[in-house]
Amino acid sequence: MINEILYPALAIGAIGLFFGAVLAIASIIFRIDRDERIDKIEEILPGANCGGCGFAGCSAFAKAIVENGARITSCNLMTAEKAEKIATIMGVEVGEVVKKVAAIRCKGTCDSCGNKCEIYGIDDCQTAAALGTGPKNCEFGCMGLGSCAKVCSENGISIIDGIAVINQENCIGCGKCASVCPKNIIQMIPAKRIAYVKCSSKDKGVVVKNYCSAGCIGCKICEKKCPKDAINVVDNLAKIDYDKCVGCGICAKECPKGVIEVIK
Amino acid sequence: MSYLKEFLSLAVLGVLIENFVLVKFYGICPFLGVSKKTDTALGMGMAVTFVMVLASLLTWLVQHYILVPLNVEYLQTISFILLIAALVQFVEMVVAKLVPSLYNALGIYLPLITTNCAVLGVTLINVQREYSLFQTLSFSFWSAMGFTLAIFLFAGVRERLETSNIPKHLKGFPIALVTASLIAMAFLGFQGLSF
Repeated sequence: MINEILYPALAIGAIGLFFGAVLAIASIIFRIDRDERIDKIEEILPGANCGGCGFAGCSAFAKAIVENGARITSCNLMTAEKAEKIATIMGVEVGEVVKKVAAIRCKGTCDSCGNKCEIYGIDDCQTAAALGTGPKNCEFGCMGLGSCAKVCSENGISIIDGIAVINQENCIGCGKCASVCPKNIIQMIPAKRIAYVKCSSKDKGVVVKNYCSAGCIGCKICEKKCPKDAINVVDNLAKIDYDKCVGCGICAKECPKGVIEVIK
Repeated sequence: MSYLKEFLSLAVLGVLIENFVLVKFYGICPFLGVSKKTDTALGMGMAVTFVMVLASLLTWLVQHYILVPLNVEYLQTISFILLIAALVQFVEMVVAKLVPSLYNALGIYLPLITTNCAVLGVTLINVQREYSLFQTLSFSFWSAMGFTLAIFLFAGVRERLETSNIPKHLKGFPIALVTASLIAMAFLGFQGLSF
């Protein structure tokens, strides 16, 4: 009678005790010294795991900072204060923290730039872009199929009137949308008062006029009017030097096509 | 020669006739969870193979040298769970220390296997069928291979599904489950091989 209770208890107890002991010993023998700085840095990082820094997540980024000397400012959500803390842990200089925000460089809505054909079936920008130059009249323009909106974790992009529109308030600047856009229309620009060109067309002005009423025609008015010499027309498209731009808005006012916009 | 014959017949049994995922429906969680990409699927398959063979060996020893002599076979389930969990923990520690590259490759899959019913299933089946040690090791190896095959095939199909035009209400898990059931029905055909 007593054996029926004793043996099972002994057997399970012995097995449990044995493995417990083995694990306890193993944890001493096979201990891996983990740099405590990694945990400290991970605590400071935003924990959004957005992957904008180019690593698998905040934890991997923290590891990369400590072990491979990854740049602290690679994190797009880094504030100056947080960077300062991490730098103190690591004993290094911070470097300049620039928060970025996504900008759509196309203004060709359904009205201003139509489609040359309809695509049925797959509603994905990559696939559509691979079929010729995509459905849009302008081969540089936003097709409005919303791959960027799908990849955005913060609900920061919506497709309005056939093109993608960024909701600046929601944008955390992770840059995922910019990497997924097959037409390279989305650019990460510094999140300060700055002007940017809402067109990506490299066609000559005459050609642009033919298919889009809202495209940059490369007239160079902005280039001449800019007081800071921050705009250059390259390949029939105005290009703004974001380091020089102060966001005065003169170019936006002077542009005959209204292609330049100033964000606040 | 008889060993080879046994080894091969257990291969047909483990991989095709009694495929763990598609016929017996063990290990559905990792089957659906980590089958989005073929390379992670293979990683999971390798991890499962490793743990299954090791767990079978240890549970066979526990069964024949502890449970049977003490006449407490009814403790199989609980003692095997205990053993598998401890084993996976131990293996994880050893691998992390000695072979960091393998540890990184297996990643989170190792701890996931701790509570995988496929591992517990194979150890219990081994005992129920009264396999010898050699049969136990062969059968658990081949059923792990069957698991790997199933998850790899499924991952291939799911990679294709990503780019196909699927009705909105079927996107994601619904279509994955439909596909899985179709593959499972295909594997039903192998039942004819049983002897």
